Amino acid sequence: MSEPMVKAEGVHKSFGRLEVLKGITLEVQPREVMCVLGPSGSGKSTFLRCINHLEKIDAGRLSVDGELVGYRQSGDKIYELRDSEVARKRSEIGMVFQRFNLFPHMTALENVAMAPMRVKNIPKAEALARGREQLERVGLADKIKSYPAQLSGGQQQRVAIARALAMEPKLILFDEPTSALDPELVGEVLDAMRRLAEEGMTMLVVTHEIGFAREVGDTVVFMDDGVVVETGKPREVFANPRHERTRSFLSKVL
Amino acid sequence: MSTSDTADTLAATGRPDEIKAVPVRHPGRWVATAIIVVVLAAVGNSVATNSRFEWGVVGHFFFSSRILDGLVLTLELTAVAMVIGIAFGAVLAVMRLSPNPLVSGSSWVYVWFFRGTPLLVQILFWYAIAALYPRVNLGIPFGPAFIHANANELITPVTAAILALGLNEAAYMAEIVRAGILSVDEGQTEAAQALGFTRLQTMRRIVLPQAMRVILPPTGNETISMLKNTALVSVISVTELLFAAQQIYDVNYKTIPLLLVASIWYLIVTTVLSIGQYYLERHYGRGSSREQPLTLLQRVRGNLFSSRHATVEVPGVGGSPNR
Repeated sequence: MSEPMVKAEGVHKSFGRLEVLKGITLEVQPREVMCVLGPSGSGKSTFLRCINHLEKIDAGRLSVDGELVGYRQSGDKIYELRDSEVARKRSEIGMVFQRFNLFPHMTALENVAMAPMRVKNIPKAEALARGREQLERVGLADKIKSYPAQLSGGQQQRVAIARALAMEPKLILFDEPTSALDPELVGEVLDAMRRLAEEGMTMLVVTHEIGFAREVGDTVVFMDDGVVVETGKPREVFANPRHERTRSFLSKVL
Repeated sequence: MSTSDTADTLAATGRPDEIKAVPVRHPGRWVATAIIVVVLAAVGNSVATNSRFEWGVVGHFFFSSRILDGLVLTLELTAVAMVIGIAFGAVLAVMRLSPNPLVSGSSWVYVWFFRGTPLLVQILFWYAIAALYPRVNLGIPFGPAFIHANANELITPVTAAILALGLNEAAYMAEIVRAGILSVDEGQTEAAQALGFTRLQTMRRIVLPQAMRVILPPTGNETISMLKNTALVSVISVTELLFAAQQIYDVNYKTIPLLLVASIWYLIVTTVLSIGQYYLERHYGRGSSREQPLTLLQRVRGNLFSSRHATVEVPGVGGSPNR
């Protein structure tokens, strides 16, 4: 069996005296789509942000593609990585945010082509051409010159997905990608994500969309109060939750 | 118009008549207008008829070489002091946001000192610096010095003026730049970092361009203030615009006309600066609203020809972001 894309062992994280992650252990395999469910405040988003080192973990081990996140191990000692090394590793992991976080002073195409140009040093013409392809892929070929403020929420989130794809990541993290959208716009974003999953992208998705988790997810993880309560195939977890907390959560959202 | 009429048109065209209402009268506006017209007429009359304005003298000296030299020096002082102020102010702002308490603390002390004392006092201080430090040495701190200079020769009046204006401005610019950086949403930094930008790239490509929208308007105002504050350095005999005018009226006693010459030049330059500021703000406002804002000319034209319909319909503005 190949090396897991994400491997977490006993990951802990506190904000001041509040312990948000109390020992998370899980693995995401290459080409797997893992959906993380759970009530708000359960630590799902924090865990996702630890994976690309937007948050530092306090204890445990967290690695992506066999390499520690944010640190380097040499013998028994662990060294903190420099800013530029952290940045290089982040460039291999895509992230899509709840509130899109598009750059408002750039057009859709500039948003998508910026990072390949500045981080990967791809020549401008090539970066723009590839950016156009990525925007076509999410169905926004006619919006390349629009600024984010001129786009609907669903269109903005699709630009954000194209922006992540343009870096050709080996893993994409989705942090509640549809939670800030009007209900009628959720479908177009989920469709784009479903297509990605079919193409074999490794995805870790924090979401409240049970339907998406059921249809697209290979694995469902239920988190509560900083721990993983239950893991399994969507069909099993939704039909037959083993844990009381999962059952009561599902009874509220289904 | 009777209700049956409306009903008839509705039946005929499928659309009710447009409302033709009697507009509300505004007697207050008419009174205010009358008062302003009278005051303007009085001022205009006095400007035209009071011979002590001596418009002939104003015209005679307006393009005189001494005034123009003074104007050039005023512009140079403004430009150099603003460049120092903006560059050093940006450094101070970044220092102030540093997690290192000594770095952020020293930035705070600098701003506290230079904002807490009058600019005029700072100008006099720099002018008299040779009294405090007669010799300037460059070398290893507490060790040997390699270069020696006489402070009196090093700090000429113009150098003192530039130092005083520039270092004072840096304190104000530091606060302006800091406010601009803080105004950019944290999600922008996170998105940039998640894409693999380093801290420096994030600051330069993502945060600062967006901060500019907040930084520019007050910086424009600072530049205009600076232009006028350069007049203060006339006290240390720097022949900028005001001092040039003073030197002339000290000889010919035409005080009022020469002060008018200087004032008109200050007005001309501030007007030009204001226009430049408008276009800069327009450039950095990209993407902040859905419509490209109008150019100045388009705006003036709009005001002239449609003053009755001041609310120009702009589709989409004010709607929710989710159309």
